[in-house]
Amino acid sequence: MTLPLPWPFDREYMQLALASGVAVGACAPLIGTFLVQKRLSLMGDGIGHMAFAGVAAGLLLSVSPLWAALVVAVVGAMTIEWLRLRRRASGDLALAVFFYTGIAAGVVLTGLAGSLNSGVLTYLFGSVLTVSPSDTLTICVLGVLIVAAVAVSWRGLFAVAMDEEAARVAGLPVDALSLGLAALTAVTVVAAMRVVGVLLVAALMVLPVGSAQRLARSFGATLRWAVGIGTGSVVVGLTVARAASLAPGGTIVLVAAAAFTVTAIADLGRRRTRVA
Amino acid sequence: MTDVLLVDDVAFAYGRHQVLDGVSMHVGQGEFVALAGSNGSGKSTLVRVALGLAPPASGEVRVFGEPPAGLHDRWRVGYVPQRPVVVDQLPATVEELVASGCVARRGWRRRPRPEDRRRIERALAVVALEELRDTPIVELSGGQQQRAFIARALAPEPQLLVLDEPIAGVDAESQSRFRDALVTRCRDDGVAVLLVSHELGAVADDLDRLVLLRGGSVVFDGPPAGLEGVSLGVHHHDLPMWLEGPSGPLSGVEGPSGPLSGVEGPSGPLSGVEGPSGPLSGVEGPG
Repeated sequence: MTLPLPWPFDREYMQLALASGVAVGACAPLIGTFLVQKRLSLMGDGIGHMAFAGVAAGLLLSVSPLWAALVVAVVGAMTIEWLRLRRRASGDLALAVFFYTGIAAGVVLTGLAGSLNSGVLTYLFGSVLTVSPSDTLTICVLGVLIVAAVAVSWRGLFAVAMDEEAARVAGLPVDALSLGLAALTAVTVVAAMRVVGVLLVAALMVLPVGSAQRLARSFGATLRWAVGIGTGSVVVGLTVARAASLAPGGTIVLVAAAAFTVTAIADLGRRRTRVA
Repeated sequence: MTDVLLVDDVAFAYGRHQVLDGVSMHVGQGEFVALAGSNGSGKSTLVRVALGLAPPASGEVRVFGEPPAGLHDRWRVGYVPQRPVVVDQLPATVEELVASGCVARRGWRRRPRPEDRRRIERALAVVALEELRDTPIVELSGGQQQRAFIARALAPEPQLLVLDEPIAGVDAESQSRFRDALVTRCRDDGVAVLLVSHELGAVADDLDRLVLLRGGSVVFDGPPAGLEGVSLGVHHHDLPMWLEGPSGPLSGVEGPSGPLSGVEGPSGPLSGVEGPSGPLSGVEGPG
């Protein structure tokens, strides 16, 4: 079914891409705001590489790559966070271990499944223009779950992100909230795989947040700006990609990067004016 | 007096490095206690053990009569960490930070209630940051940031307040407001306060007790005036700065080289203490 939308969203495949992209464009910065505040900006990258191993395992075992990726990503994300919370490894070391293990396992499993095929590439680099209605439905359902979970828990997540030790003393369930955030990050990564690909998913979690931090003067406003810039990047990115026949995943991320550059320059100018 | 915090014969080590050795101390309801000692004396480690952030190798800790890990209603403990981390570009406002202090008491899934609003307003008023409520934390001075973190700890209206070096590097005005806030909580609300600091000048006259740590052991525990006539066997640098101030119990202590030889001063509590054989012999000058 094609909705009567103006160009460039006048075709069904563009409308499916828009729905999937907007869901991811809203959820990724929503989760990313908490990750950036906890100095875990690269967590999405590490989980993305584990999700790649899950995709390869799904292809090898002939089960849904998306669901296989979801299981592997959630387990991996919670393991990384558990190691960090238990101080068995520093945050970046735990990420690095899983980062490389995930990509290596993905390569090996892909080889076992029978060479690097196009199915794998759609998850590595994204292929939002080929998402099916059922893919779109799955992504949107995951998106609604993420937004609902954040709506319920954002105050606790904020308190933990601000000061983990003080939150622990006050009696907040720091471990449960941190593991929950890790699981939500994994769900976001899997939802975003078809839109921008596992290699670029972390960009949508971090770049809009970086821009929002330069525009907002409160945490609530940062969340709203980040979601707005994330969804705006998707809409503009899909438009530019269609107009210029570019790869949509990469174009979306480049638009988000351009927004970051503009806000950073504007912020620099504002600071200089204030000093003068 | 009911003990809100009780530390009994606690030992703690980082690997082979013994940090606390048989430390015992307590803080009663409505009591204002300072924990002092030189760098490396074990102050911050003792705080972490007392709060349940680090388990002791031996000994016992009780907070409101329970082990810290098993304590119900943990919001009753307010904590201001040493040098709270303010993330660069952190866009959170003062009010958002203070409101985050109420989350544990209310329950992290629950929306703020009118009484939370009242608590936040009161905490902001106590540290005199009402007019900066909408200002991002990163735009505040160091002293204002510290006051905001103190307000966060005060917001849930705790019954035990633990502050780790809260006034290090804080300007005089902020120290004065800080002193007023602590004394009000202590005297009016019966809040027990454990203050860890080198700089006690702002609160020196209001302390009920001073606990002095050296090398992981308590070398003095009593009213600050009780230092008079006590041989501590501690070095000059173990003593908090206020002891050297104009109104502290060691006011009048002079002489850069000898062990309190030449102690002078007609008005301080230790006036008249003289010579190497006096009651504070063993307290050495920096030289």
